[in-house]
Amino acid sequence: MTKVSLELGSGGRLMRDFIAGKILPSFGNPILDELSDAVHLPGGVAFTTDSYVVDPLFFPGGDIGRLAVNGTVNDLVVSGAEPRFLSLALILEEGLETDVLDRVIRSVSAAARAANVRIVTGDTKVVRRGQGDKVYINTAGVGRSVARPRLGKIRRGDKVILTGTLGDHSLAVMLARGDFGLSSSVRSDCAPLLFLLPLWKKGALWMRDVTRGGLATVLFELAERLHYPILVEEDKIPLSKPVRAASELLGIDPFYMACEGKAVVIAPAAKAAEFLRLIRRHPLGRKAAVIGEVQDRVGRPGELLLRTEAGGLRLLEPLTSELLPRIC
Amino acid sequence: MKELRNPVAIRKLLGDIEEKARLLGRTPRLMEVCGTHTMSLFKHGLVPLLADAGVEMVSGPGCPVCITPDGIHEAAIGLVSETEGLTLATFGDMTRVPTRNGSLQTAVPGRGSRIRIVYSPEEALEEARRDPSRRVVFFGAGFETTIPAIAFTAKRAAAEGIRNFSILPALWLVPPALKAILEAGEIAVTGFVYPGHVSAIIGAEPYEFIARDYGIPGAIAGFEPGDILLAVRSILEQTVEGKPRVALEYSRAIGREGNPVARALMEEVLEPFDAVWRGLGTIPRSGLRFRKEFAGLDAAPTYGLKPGEAHRDLPGCRCGDVLRGVIRPEGCRLFGKECRPDSPLGPCMVSYEGACLIHFKYGRERRARP
Repeated sequence: MTKVSLELGSGGRLMRDFIAGKILPSFGNPILDELSDAVHLPGGVAFTTDSYVVDPLFFPGGDIGRLAVNGTVNDLVVSGAEPRFLSLALILEEGLETDVLDRVIRSVSAAARAANVRIVTGDTKVVRRGQGDKVYINTAGVGRSVARPRLGKIRRGDKVILTGTLGDHSLAVMLARGDFGLSSSVRSDCAPLLFLLPLWKKGALWMRDVTRGGLATVLFELAERLHYPILVEEDKIPLSKPVRAASELLGIDPFYMACEGKAVVIAPAAKAAEFLRLIRRHPLGRKAAVIGEVQDRVGRPGELLLRTEAGGLRLLEPLTSELLPRIC
Repeated sequence: MKELRNPVAIRKLLGDIEEKARLLGRTPRLMEVCGTHTMSLFKHGLVPLLADAGVEMVSGPGCPVCITPDGIHEAAIGLVSETEGLTLATFGDMTRVPTRNGSLQTAVPGRGSRIRIVYSPEEALEEARRDPSRRVVFFGAGFETTIPAIAFTAKRAAAEGIRNFSILPALWLVPPALKAILEAGEIAVTGFVYPGHVSAIIGAEPYEFIARDYGIPGAIAGFEPGDILLAVRSILEQTVEGKPRVALEYSRAIGREGNPVARALMEEVLEPFDAVWRGLGTIPRSGLRFRKEFAGLDAAPTYGLKPGEAHRDLPGCRCGDVLRGVIRPEGCRLFGKECRPDSPLGPCMVSYEGACLIHFKYGRERRARP
């Protein structure tokens, strides 16, 4: 008998197989089949949901409450919707200190204010000690559709923009767990990506927040659906000093590390410079860069390729084995 | 660091290498001994660039998780399954190695027992120190790079009289394994790229016999792309000149004498014995075990383990052949089919230094169309 392993939830191949093999055949319908982060419903409404199980609850730069708001907000933004309303469902472990719960709730409240969304419904459940771990949160989000991603319009020459440095969230959580006995100034990048919304009106073709599975998995899944290969330039990828050091010392690959406040934007070739300028104008997008291109000089249709710093060329694979469970 | 990844510098080095390879008139085959080198070569896309320059790279046995035979992994699995109130602490990769008895990740620990992933042996000792009622076993695999830290921890445990701590050792020495590969004669190697971090401990001298007795050149290299190419260029120069030696192309980090303090520590606590390696069999004086004074720290007698007993790999797994450089991972029937990173059938598909994992993840190289 096979059993569920942690890898099923990693955002990697096992999860993709699970969705394709179990979820779609059971529930398949034209809306679900799009498999986007949030869906557009009839009547100009967008809808999404996400659960949060991060361990530890509090880490430099964020906590589970902030994550539960921003994660859902960002899923709406990158799907072309302005976030409006959130639900908040709490699953608490018996024995949790109320101080901790208060901190989480205050954090949800502050994050919702900052992202300009209202918590309009919710639920609270308590499970016996040991049957859960402190706090789990589920949020669903509803937003107003402003645009639809236009995958079919992506052409040769369109640019891949990354809105900031990779991996800071993963590293902050790892270090907060004390896994390496290291300390560092790294902070999670957990933040709402509302500043990307205007790009939809200006002709953005596609966006995705870079969460579980990392940049490689996000772009791999995009490339698979295109008629052109995507080429990414390693030396263009912005990395914070702590993440660069961790990748060199610990061998952790930033391409597979999660962010909670970064996105990939596909910009039409003619508008890439303008998009980059607009993104960089916002404090959260100051390190944004054009990191690659949809092209047909190298590779085959559907492939994701990396030009390494050293000038080599290789394929980038999606995440296959779990880096780190309970990162969000 | 930046200049060691600079594309202009890399192109210049590749140009030099191509010129030397052409002078040789045959394709030189270099073995990168160490898994960290394999990773760097693939991650930076250097393998196809080197192939274009006329150099073939082949991966060697330098992955401690991989060369530790199943018998030792099975002893660890049995220990944590059958003992109560015990912490088995080990490095992350070690928990995923598949054996006929499953892996540490699928093992069900005995009552009150657990498996803990650590990044240093000291973390395991600290747990034993904190909770004297708990028995802690550190399952440590490593080459000369990691062995001094393990020896240091053992010495401290002994000095502090910590009785609830022991070590299940899988400690391996690189030079005897290279000798075994050369003696077996299964694969013709033009030269060796020696591992920088192992050499930081042992220095250059332990490889000298390879140049002297076998006439095979080599170079100690760091792990940046430029480091490895400097070593490759040096090896080809030595080959062209017919003057094999052990070049040090990593002098920004280490000296030829290595680290005598670390070596003295290893020697104080551990002694060599004829160890069994996966794929390579028994190699004289290639493993380290505790000296008599530290025998109390050895988990094997303490818990009645017989780590030497089973040496059979999972059926069909050819990790042993991969570790000797006799086949490439792609040459194994299971590679990429039944055996994948999320369903590994051998340790080389598990470890971050394992050739199969690296080939699977990074090996599908592409070349630019002209």
